[in-house]
Amino acid sequence: MVDKAIENITNGEEAETEEAHAYTPGLKVKRTMTVDKTRRLPIMGEVFLKVGDKIEYNEIVARTEISGDPHIIKMGMILGLEPEDVPRYMTKQLGETVEKGELIGYYSALFGLIKKRVESPVDGTIESISDITGQVIIRGVPIPVEVDAYIPGTVVEVMPREGAVIETSAAFIQGIFGIGGEVHGPLHVIAKNNTEILDADMITADHKGSVLIGGSQVTLDALRKAADIGVSAIVSGGVRHDDLTTFTGEEIGVAITGTEEVGLTIIITEGFGKMSMSQRTFDLLKEFEGKQAAVNGATQIRAGVLRPEIIIPHEIQEDEESEALSSGMIAGTPIRIIRQPYFGAIGKVHSLPVELQRLESESMVRVVNIELDGGEVVMVPRANVEIIEE
Amino acid sequence: MATLKKSTEEMQYIIATDVGSTTTKARLFHLKDGEWRFLVAGEAPTTVEAPYEDVTMGVQNAVREVEELTGHKLLAPDGSGLILPYDGEKGVDLYVTTSSAGGGLQMMVSGLIKSMTAASANRAALGAGAIVMDVIARDDGRQVYQKIRMIRSLRPDMILMAGGTDGGASSHVMEIAELIKAAEPKPRLGVAYQLPIVYAGNKTLRPQIEELLKEGFALDMVDNIRPVLEQENTEPARRAVHELFMEHVMSHAPGYTRLMKWTDVDIMPTPAGEGMAMQLISNSYKMNVLGVGLGGATTNVYSIVDGRFVRSVSANLGMSYSVTNVMKEAGIENIMRWIPFNLDKEEVASRLMNKMIRPTTIPQTLEDLIVEHSVAREALRLGLQHHRTIATRLKGVQLERTISDMFEQAVEDSYVKMMDIAICAGTGGLLSHAPRRVQSMFILTDAWQPEGITRMYQDSVFMMPHIGVLSTVYREAAWNIFDKDCLVRMGTNIAATGNGKFGDPCMTIEMTMPDGKIVKEEMTFGEIKLMKLGPDEEAKVHITPEKEFDVGAGPGKEREATVAGGVAGVMIDARGRPIYLPEEETARKELLLKWFKSLELYNENKLEALI
Repeated sequence: MVDKAIENITNGEEAETEEAHAYTPGLKVKRTMTVDKTRRLPIMGEVFLKVGDKIEYNEIVARTEISGDPHIIKMGMILGLEPEDVPRYMTKQLGETVEKGELIGYYSALFGLIKKRVESPVDGTIESISDITGQVIIRGVPIPVEVDAYIPGTVVEVMPREGAVIETSAAFIQGIFGIGGEVHGPLHVIAKNNTEILDADMITADHKGSVLIGGSQVTLDALRKAADIGVSAIVSGGVRHDDLTTFTGEEIGVAITGTEEVGLTIIITEGFGKMSMSQRTFDLLKEFEGKQAAVNGATQIRAGVLRPEIIIPHEIQEDEESEALSSGMIAGTPIRIIRQPYFGAIGKVHSLPVELQRLESESMVRVVNIELDGGEVVMVPRANVEIIEE
Repeated sequence: MATLKKSTEEMQYIIATDVGSTTTKARLFHLKDGEWRFLVAGEAPTTVEAPYEDVTMGVQNAVREVEELTGHKLLAPDGSGLILPYDGEKGVDLYVTTSSAGGGLQMMVSGLIKSMTAASANRAALGAGAIVMDVIARDDGRQVYQKIRMIRSLRPDMILMAGGTDGGASSHVMEIAELIKAAEPKPRLGVAYQLPIVYAGNKTLRPQIEELLKEGFALDMVDNIRPVLEQENTEPARRAVHELFMEHVMSHAPGYTRLMKWTDVDIMPTPAGEGMAMQLISNSYKMNVLGVGLGGATTNVYSIVDGRFVRSVSANLGMSYSVTNVMKEAGIENIMRWIPFNLDKEEVASRLMNKMIRPTTIPQTLEDLIVEHSVAREALRLGLQHHRTIATRLKGVQLERTISDMFEQAVEDSYVKMMDIAICAGTGGLLSHAPRRVQSMFILTDAWQPEGITRMYQDSVFMMPHIGVLSTVYREAAWNIFDKDCLVRMGTNIAATGNGKFGDPCMTIEMTMPDGKIVKEEMTFGEIKLMKLGPDEEAKVHITPEKEFDVGAGPGKEREATVAGGVAGVMIDARGRPIYLPEEETARKELLLKWFKSLELYNENKLEALI
C-alpha cells in the first residue's frame, strides 16, 4: 500500500514552497496554559460574582428564569363565542395569575340552562386574550436556569446580567470528537500504555465519578459498565463506530454534540476505529493522575468549531507554553498524518514541492513529503496532515 | 456596492473566490488575445476554525497559491486585501466572491395550509438560499403544544410568515402569528439581536401583525406571497430574505466584515451563484437542466424545466461535514452496494466518521476514492429525491394557475422526470476533482439515472459560483470563461427505461460518426459501454429499443437524434431503469467490476489489486 501510494516523489531539485499552511489545525495538548471560560446565561439574569472572587466547580455563577411554556386555549370556540366577545366572558384578566383548575372563562345563556366553563390547565399567568382569534394564552410558571463555574478559578471579568469569565492555570487537552456535556472528577489513567484497549474488566466500582483514561480504544462493554457505575467521563484514542452508536442508541449524523444524555461523557482524541492515543497526550494525562479534571464532550465541526476538552487545573509554577499560532509547515515541522494509508503516522516535513503531484487515486494535488519516524520518506496530500503543536 | 476600480472594457485580470464551508477556492481570469479565459486555481482551507477564526486568512492563502503558481503578485503586502487595480505588473482589476461559510441561512417558515401558502413560503425561502428547519402550518398534523415545543427548540436565523390571500383568511393567520410569538423563538446568533420576521401574508392583516410582533422581533412586511389563490409571488419575500441574510447572518461569519471591504461587489451566497450558472446553461442551450452542487455540508439541486427554476437544498447531505449523515439517511448498505471489493462495514463507517471529524482531508488511495464515490452516489440520489418534493408544481415570479389546478396540487407528482431532462450538470469538490472525467459522469448517471438522451456537463475546476457572481458585473467575460473553460462537456448518456433479463437484447444503436463511418452496437440488458466522440464532435444516432424498453419515443419505438460528444464520449446504458443491481454479493461485485472496466473508470491494475 505504501508503495502504491507513492508514485511521484519529487527529487528535491524542483521548486519548493518555503512555508505552507496546514489544512487541519493541530489539537491543543498543553501542560500549562491560562484557560478562560466564559460562563454565560442564555438570556439576561442575575450574576452573583465580582472580579477577583475565587470559585469552585459547582458554584453558581449566574441565574435567570426563562419564561414558562405557553398554553393556548381556544376560548371562543369552547365557549361558543365570537372572538370579539371573548374578553367579556373571561373571569381572569390579562396579567392575572391563575392556578391549575381555576376558572378562567364562563358563559351562561338561557337563564342558566346553558353553562360553559373553562379552567386553567396549568399554573401560570394570563398573557394574552385575543379579540381577533378568540385565543387565550396562559404562560406557565418560569423555569429557573443556572450556570455553574465548570472550572475552579478566579473571576476575571463580569458581564453584567449575563455571566462571568473564570480563569485558571491548567493543563489543556483537546480531543477530536466527543459525546455528552460538562462533568468533572478525579483523573485515573487505567490503560497501561497508549495502545492498550480499555475493556470492562478494567473498570471497578471505585471509579464512580472519575475521569478514566484509556489507550487505543474503548469497548462497548466498557462504556456500558462505566455508565452503570457512574463514571463521569472516558477519554480514549479511538472507539469503534458501531460500539459508539450502539451505546448512544443513535447514528451520528452531523457532528454537533454535547447534549446527549447517555450516562457519561466520552472523548476520543484521535479518531474512529482502534487508534493509539498520541504519546504526548497520554503522558500528559498520566502526569496528572489523581488530579481533578473538568471535561466537556461538546463538539461542533461547522463554522465556529468546538472541540471536546479536558482541563486539569494545577498550580505548578512554570513558564506558560507559547501560544503563538503555528503559522504553517516548513521543513522540519513535526506533523501527524490523518488519513489512509498512513493514518496516525508521525514524522516531520521533509519538503514541500510546489508542483501538483499525482496520487495513487490519480488526483493531482499539492503534497508534502514527510520523513516518518523510521526514516522513510512518504508523499501525502497537504490536506491530510496536521501540525503537532509543541 | 463599491464602485469598480476600472470599467469592464479596461479590465485585464479578475480574481474570484468562493469561501466554502470546507475550502476557499480562488480563480484567476485573464484577458488574452481579446478573449477572457481562466488562468489558474488556488485553494486553501476555509479558516473559520479556531485558532484562526477569520475567513480572510483562507482567502489570502488561496490567493497566495495563485501567486505562487503564476508569479503574479496579487496580495497587498500589508495584509489589507488584494492589490487593486492591476498596474501593469501586479494586482487585479476586479475582486468578487461568493460565500457559504457561517453555516448558511437557517430559516423557519409558516403558512396557513401546508400545501398552499406554507409551500409557497418554503419555496421562497429555498429560492433565497436558505436551509428550512421547519414548516409550520395549521394542518401540519401536529398539536399546538408540539409546534410550540419545536419552535422553542429551534434557533432560526429568520422566520418567513405567509398565510391567507389578500382580504382572505384572517383569524387563522393571526392564530399562527400568536403561536409563534407565544413560543418566543430565539435567534441562533445570540440573544443580542432581534429575530427577523418577514411577513408575506394577507396584507389586510398588516396592522394587527405589526401590533402583535413589533416588540421582540425585527419585523419586515412585504407583498403577499399568494395575493390570490391562483398566483404565487415569491420574489418580494425572497428579496427580503436575501437582504436580511446579508445583514444578519453572513456578517456573523468570522472575518466577514473585513472581506466585505475587500470585494468590489456584494458577496453572493454560493448557491445563488451556482443557480445563476445553471440557468446560464439552460438559457444558452434552450433545454431542461437538472443541476447539482454537491458540497461538503449541503447538496443543492437545481432544476430548470420548461423555464421554471427551482432550487432545493438538502442541508445535511454532503461529502465532508455531512458525510456521516449521508450514511445515516441512506443506510450504510446502500453506500456499500457501489463498492466492488471486500471492505468491512465497520471499516467503511470508521473512515466516514474520520472524514467527518477531519473534513478537509482527501482520498489518497484508490480504495478511499471509491468509497467516497459510493457516498456521492447516495448523496446525489437523496438530494434529487428531496428536490422532487419541492419541485411539485409550476413556479414562477408571477405564476397564473386555475382553481382546478389548485385542488390537484396536493397529490401532484414532481414534474422533474428524467425523460424530460436534456442536460445533467454537476459541480462541487468531489465531482470537479474526480481524477477522470468519466467518473463524475458515471456517478451522476448511477445516482440520477437519466433516461433517453441526456447531455452530461460538469464544472471543470469548481468555478460555477465564481462565474455566477462575475456575471452580475461583467456578463460577457463570465459567459466566455464559462463556455470555454468552465463547462466541461463530458458527453451524452443514452439510456433505455424498463427492465429485462440479464443478457437479453435491450437496444441497438447505429451511430454515424463525424467521418461518415457507421458504428453499430447491440446492447444486451445489464451492459454499459462508452463510445468515443470528442467534445467538439456530433454524431447521428438511430436507436432501436426492444419492445420492453423506451428511449424517449415510447416502448419499443425507434428514435433518431444528434448526440454531442465530450471528454468521456457517448455512454450507452442498457442497465435498465431503475438500474439493476443483483442482490447476491458476488454477482453484484462482478457486475460492478464489469461496468467499471468497460468504462475505464479507474486504473485497471490498481482496481484488480483491490479485488
